[in-house]
Amino acid sequence: MADPKKEFDWFDKPASRKLLWWILWIVCGLTVVAEFFIHRHPHFDIDGIFSYYALMGFVGCAAMILIAKGLGLFLKRNEDYYGDAEEETLSDDIDGNAR
Amino acid sequence: METLANIPPSFLLFLGAIVTIFLKGTARNVWLVAVPVLTFAHIASLPMGNGLQVSFLPGFGDSELLRVDKLSKAFGYIFTLNAAAALLFAFYVKKVVQHTAALIYIGSALGVIFAGDLITLYINWELMAVSSTFVILARDTAKAKGAAFRYVMVHIFGGLLLLAGIVMTISNGGSIAFDSFDYAGANLGTWLILAGFLVNAAAPGVSAWLSDAYPEASVTGGVILSAYTTKTAVYVLLRGFHGWEPLIWIGCIMTVFGIIYALLENDMRRILAYSIINQVGFMVCAAGIGTDMAISGATAHAFCHIIYKSLLWMSAGAVLYRTGISRCTHLGGLYKTMPLTLIFGTIGALAISAVPLTSGFTSKTIIIAATEHEHLFWPWLVLELASAGVFLHAGIKFPYFVFFNQDRGLRPKEAPSTMLWAMGILSFLCIYLGIRPQALYDILPYTVDYQAYTTSHLVTQMQLLMFSALVFFLFLPMLKRTATISLDSDWFYRKGGQFFYATCDKCLNGINSIAHKSLIAGLTHSICQFAKESPTRLLAFLLTPIWEISGNSPEQQKELRENLSQSVRNGVFPIGITAFLSVILLAALFLF
Repeated sequence: MADPKKEFDWFDKPASRKLLWWILWIVCGLTVVAEFFIHRHPHFDIDGIFSYYALMGFVGCAAMILIAKGLGLFLKRNEDYYGDAEEETLSDDIDGNAR
Repeated sequence: METLANIPPSFLLFLGAIVTIFLKGTARNVWLVAVPVLTFAHIASLPMGNGLQVSFLPGFGDSELLRVDKLSKAFGYIFTLNAAAALLFAFYVKKVVQHTAALIYIGSALGVIFAGDLITLYINWELMAVSSTFVILARDTAKAKGAAFRYVMVHIFGGLLLLAGIVMTISNGGSIAFDSFDYAGANLGTWLILAGFLVNAAAPGVSAWLSDAYPEASVTGGVILSAYTTKTAVYVLLRGFHGWEPLIWIGCIMTVFGIIYALLENDMRRILAYSIINQVGFMVCAAGIGTDMAISGATAHAFCHIIYKSLLWMSAGAVLYRTGISRCTHLGGLYKTMPLTLIFGTIGALAISAVPLTSGFTSKTIIIAATEHEHLFWPWLVLELASAGVFLHAGIKFPYFVFFNQDRGLRPKEAPSTMLWAMGILSFLCIYLGIRPQALYDILPYTVDYQAYTTSHLVTQMQLLMFSALVFFLFLPMLKRTATISLDSDWFYRKGGQFFYATCDKCLNGINSIAHKSLIAGLTHSICQFAKESPTRLLAFLLTPIWEISGNSPEQQKELRENLSQSVRNGVFPIGITAFLSVILLAALFLF
């Protein structure tokens, strides 16, 4: 194993995560601001709304996560539900020595 | 040259599969990569039109083993290109059975693509089902065997639907030629053919074979399987059923279904399997729209999808190869030691999400543009939402939970160099086709007048994707992985099968045990007992008065009775008794 001190762990640091959050918010903001500078050709009525795609991305994805979460209550089962839980031995196409 | 132009590309791969058996070591691996490359060159050199025709079923007309047009060529190119990359990735595999099965599988997929008639198509279709089952079996675990069994049963069912449809079409006076079917003149035969095709396309209700079996295949098995069965189905739908309206809705359901299940899933390769259903949904929808633009869009999307999906399966495969783990709840933090696998996997993830500068942006969006052109509001809305959802489940979820999230203390080595090369080549293609899509547009069946890179398209696409990403990270606590599986339509035959077995066990074995109790243990036993005991009883009954007269004590009589029973059982009697019995018999005869 490599020396843990030299390991690249930038993404684990809270400061880095905070920075990434900032970048995400700024990029989101920029994509909306950019809409002021373009001319769009909506094909339907609804997509003519300002920042329609941002709204659809946000609301659509949130809805899908909530629906998945709700369905998960009915659909999720334990891993050994079908009586074939994880096997003890690894199949031989896995490089067991590499770890 | 003339004869060479008559050789179906599938034959080259079949031949390659046979030769593979006799090769060993590195020579075999080099050969395996060379065969698809040579087949690619052969496809490129094939002249347009119909080649090799054979007549092996008299009265049905000629079977057309080789029909070359732009549509079949486009699929032929990508099938062989992907095969070369997948087999380069599989350089480490020692087992010959997996490679042989893989080449036959890819060969039969090409056989379907270049088939000009339904009979050739059907034979290759079944060969594909059987050979792919062996690819799954090659992992050699109990779970893989169970999954392969269910997989082949579903495909046999689909194959029978197809066969029934073909037989009905021909007996209704139709020809065996495989051309587009008329929606207005649809009959039961064509509907059955469509149903057979939809089984392989993983349509709703019959999709579980995919998410059940592919993740149980070996590291390379998954990469190979991800490309062919569903995309051959897309091809036959594009050719045979373009413009069939129900396909629009089937495709729309598939896109959403894939996302919801991928969001629920814990196994990284099962996430990718559900994501195939989502992506194929776009293509099935395009087949339903059926305009030139939609067909070209679906072809372009299939082309790019095979590349980035293979790339994603490769990166997941490399992780599985190095760690032996495929569940997100046990993975995380791998960016530290597998950075190249992360980078290549992320390129695949960005491409599937149609991020600008990747191949998804220049291909999938053609299908969405086709819905806009036809003013199909609901399909357009669903496909746009599904595009956002793709970024959610495949674009971010897969790399995030495997390579980042929580450090689980795993420190695997980077993937082997051949795996990295294969991933590198496909990553290059993802970006190349994203920047220079014209190379792809040139080989599409119809001329595409489509410009992906307009400022307005760039801005709207980035809005869609960035806000999807924002939702992912805001909702992260809700997306936390749990060590669970999700019920899919395979529940009906997995639990149904168990229920059927238990019911049969109870009913039939119940009848069996009642029959045993009353007939075998009851009646037969009584008859047997009667036959055994009755002579002794009769004799004892007759002899008791004689013994009494002779003055035998009860103890002596008991002993005599036992001796008698012994004698009857052995069939030997003292002369006196035999003589006595003879006298009785003669007396009886004389008196009656």
